[in-house]
Amino acid sequence: MAGNKGRGRAAYTFNIEAVGFSKGEKLPDVVLKPPPLFPDTDYKPVPLKTGEGEEYMLALKQELRETMKRMPYFIETPEERQDIERYSKRYMKVYKEEWIPAGPKPKKAKDAGKGTSLTNTADVLKKIEELEKRDDGEKSDEENEDKEGSKEKSKEGDDDDDDDAAEQEEYDEEEQEEENDYINSYFEDGDDFGADSDDNMDEATY
Amino acid sequence: MTQAEIKLCSLLLQEHFGEIVEKIGVHLIRTGSQPLRVIAHDTGTSLDQVKKALCVLIQHNLVSYQVHKRGVVEYEAQCSRVLRMLRYPRYIYTTKTLYSDTGELIVEELLLNGKLTMSAVVKKVADRLTETMEDGKTMDYAEVSNTFVRLADTHFVQRCPSVPTTENSDPGPPPPAPTLVINEKDMYLVPKLSLIGKGKRRRSSDEDAAGEPKAKRPKHTTDNKEPIPDDGIYWQANLDRFHQHFRDQAIVSAVANRMDQTSSEIVRTMLRMSEITTSSSAPFTQPLSSNEIFRSLPVGYNISKQVLDQYLTLLADDPLEFVGKSGDSGGGMYVISILTTCHLLSSFLSRFGSRCARIFRLVLQKKHLEQKQVEDFAMIPAKEAKDMLYKMLSENFMSLQEIPKTPDHAPSRTFYLYTVNILSAARMLLHRCYKSIANLIERRQFETKENKRLLEKSQRVEAIIASMQATGAEEAQLQEIEEMITAPERQQLETLKRNVNKLDASEIQVDETIFLLESYH
Repeated sequence: MAGNKGRGRAAYTFNIEAVGFSKGEKLPDVVLKPPPLFPDTDYKPVPLKTGEGEEYMLALKQELRETMKRMPYFIETPEERQDIERYSKRYMKVYKEEWIPAGPKPKKAKDAGKGTSLTNTADVLKKIEELEKRDDGEKSDEENEDKEGSKEKSKEGDDDDDDDAAEQEEYDEEEQEEENDYINSYFEDGDDFGADSDDNMDEATY
Repeated sequence: MTQAEIKLCSLLLQEHFGEIVEKIGVHLIRTGSQPLRVIAHDTGTSLDQVKKALCVLIQHNLVSYQVHKRGVVEYEAQCSRVLRMLRYPRYIYTTKTLYSDTGELIVEELLLNGKLTMSAVVKKVADRLTETMEDGKTMDYAEVSNTFVRLADTHFVQRCPSVPTTENSDPGPPPPAPTLVINEKDMYLVPKLSLIGKGKRRRSSDEDAAGEPKAKRPKHTTDNKEPIPDDGIYWQANLDRFHQHFRDQAIVSAVANRMDQTSSEIVRTMLRMSEITTSSSAPFTQPLSSNEIFRSLPVGYNISKQVLDQYLTLLADDPLEFVGKSGDSGGGMYVISILTTCHLLSSFLSRFGSRCARIFRLVLQKKHLEQKQVEDFAMIPAKEAKDMLYKMLSENFMSLQEIPKTPDHAPSRTFYLYTVNILSAARMLLHRCYKSIANLIERRQFETKENKRLLEKSQRVEAIIASMQATGAEEAQLQEIEEMITAPERQQLETLKRNVNKLDASEIQVDETIFLLESYH
């Protein structure tokens, strides 16, 4: 016998007064659009702390930001050409030290362990050069990929060890060199590893 | 990693290391650990650049690597470590307060470079300090080394894990990537170096720019020839130790606010005594007897033992349980986090109004309250109370607990209790903080970009003035050049500077909030 309770009239299953609207009162309008992007806040935010410490930290932060940009760790994307050559640009050149993640340069302290991996690398290099001379068939490409893969992995070991130690030396040396954006030869062994890998990447299938 | 965190990491990496590193870093954070070639393939950058970027990231302890089976090396990014970059100014400033300028520069160099050998740090810091000293004076290496040793002793700097020295019994090929190990005991062991030398001042003739780009400076032949005695022993800043220090500071100031100066001094002494003995994540410090505390009190506080005991009892009886008696003295860590969190949340709620804050604190204290009870206890008219409760509910600061009276869970016959779940509220607030810092950084970058033309112009003018001053120009000429920037432009620059400062300061303070919230987890 549920019956029609108030046909045509809204009936609530709960006590409406509990929610806060007395009976018969107008309910708030339905919202038809998304809330504004910057709604007005009723209260102002808490003011920022100011003090000697805070000011010092602020100055530090801005300084750090600038310094980081000048460090060799900040790798810049090559700039597009400027439309006008400006006179004052000469005075604002930033002399950045070049930080080269080390190639397979043997380090004094760690030669013992590295000896084997370097010869490994050298072997692989020779093999690649041989393969290069062959025709560019699917097979040789794939083989190159594999060789590169293993070579990279053995190089990583070198890199990660060497770069820490090498970085120190590079740092001092490079300070004296003129600024140059591009490193002519990434690897100093005189091999064409760099060029090869890019070429063969086209055929990479994963 | 939430979207907000990833966005913030991306902004930070871009600001500090450039676009390429940012791309690689964000990719790693998003996709977890990956090998080198997959990274290159997915991000579409050349292998060469990926390697460079990874080197930078590894150098700064932001990315770690691991050898997996079949010799594949995978790289993984540490998102939380990237977020620490926001806190660098705070670390450096703290060191300044503890160890003065020398310590400050040491930590700054370590943070800027990621990892450095001790000799490199000492040399750099000595050079920098010498620059700022008066003519003729130089900074001695010994002094810098001493400060370095002190920092190591108090664990603010630590050794990086290094390649283990293996005997050559292993005939097979070495693994593709070394597994770095560090012995607990060795972590703070300073190598015995006799660093003799003085800081070098850059010769003033070099700085005579005089319209020419700097000529090639002659190589410092002597320095490069000598082998670095501590090659292979790298140091990094120990961020956890700094965090512990910040936490202690927060506790002490909370105690000072609640009680008086003396009790805060007592708590500070207790914390200092257990600084090195307790690990940073322990909930309780080691028990300390009151005699030990008495002996360790700083000299200025000559309070008698009785008074000390009284204070300790007072602290122990405090409902917030800073200090517990006998078995566990110093229950402070965990409880203080709660305290500071509420403190924070209330101040955040001042955004909603002080009445909201009152309701919030009330519900927090009483754990569960019905709507009617909230109105009564808080003494706020019904309508307003309801409004605020719902607002807080919608923002997820509060949650509802249903207690049905009847088995059919009819709404009219169910109790609805408001309750605050601190953990989830804190987490939500943390998320908001990340978002707000990201917004702040973006806004700052936007402001700077908008006024880029003006900024560049003013930089050029400054450069020209500097070069002219070096060649000895007259006042009148300098005046002319300065007038190249008109008054309204100057105004604009001023406004820009003010805004950027404000945004930067806000970033720093939101980061303080983040620190407290994160340590709560």
